[in-house]
Amino acid sequence: MEIEFKVEGGDFTQAGYASSQVKKVLKQLGIESSVIKRVVVALYEAEVNIVAHAYRGNIKAVFEADGIKLFLEDEGPGISDIKQAMVKGFSTASKEVREMGFGAGMGLPNIQDNADEFTIESEVGKGTKLNIFIKY
Amino acid sequence: MLFEKDKIITKYKKMVIKDIVTLVNGKVLCGESHLNDSIEYAFSSDLMSDVLTLRITDFLLITGLANIQSVRTAEMSDLKYILLARNKKVTDEMIELASDSGILIISTPFSMFKTSGILYGAGLKPVY
Repeated sequence: MEIEFKVEGGDFTQAGYASSQVKKVLKQLGIESSVIKRVVVALYEAEVNIVAHAYRGNIKAVFEADGIKLFLEDEGPGISDIKQAMVKGFSTASKEVREMGFGAGMGLPNIQDNADEFTIESEVGKGTKLNIFIKY
Repeated sequence: MLFEKDKIITKYKKMVIKDIVTLVNGKVLCGESHLNDSIEYAFSSDLMSDVLTLRITDFLLITGLANIQSVRTAEMSDLKYILLARNKKVTDEMIELASDSGILIISTPFSMFKTSGILYGAGLKPVY
């Protein structure tokens, strides 16, 4: 089973909608709550990143027998130095994003901490792709 | 609470939500069904990214950040109790989302510092 969501850049009122829907499905599947929390925290951070930094994006959640695969792809400015972006505390977020309680340079490292597998690719001027896998 | 040179020794204990409401002159905005729940821990932050790094779920979030993302963060973190400092304005959308997710929201006129101090003194444990 898989579900897809479109995410609009800058629309903080909707940030978290996809993560919330994925949480509902995982609960229905009877997945352990500590695993659900890891999935939705990682996904929510990634979803907020699209809203905060990109023009628009797409989230696909694939529910497999042994875990969940999350694919996030955005059209946006991209990340010029991924190594630096993965450092805790590094952020290029705007004042508006910080006012929403984010943009402290903790999102990407937190995604990595919660994921069993995590890859990130980015092209400046085009966008960013994240692949996340979390075992049940 | 005992004071010893550079440290404070607090006798930690679980607290009932309705007692917390009383101690902070709070007003319950939604989630009244949680009033008799007991909690052990609290965490004060306006930084939702920091809240999202916590592995525990059974705690009270004390925050000055009154927007939809503080409720979303609670939803994603599986936390059931939010205490908003300084009588921050709460939108209908926040109440709706909190109610749908079974989250209690309390509003206090006190600052985050005063709220945290009162509840720490009363026995709530810090997460760190």
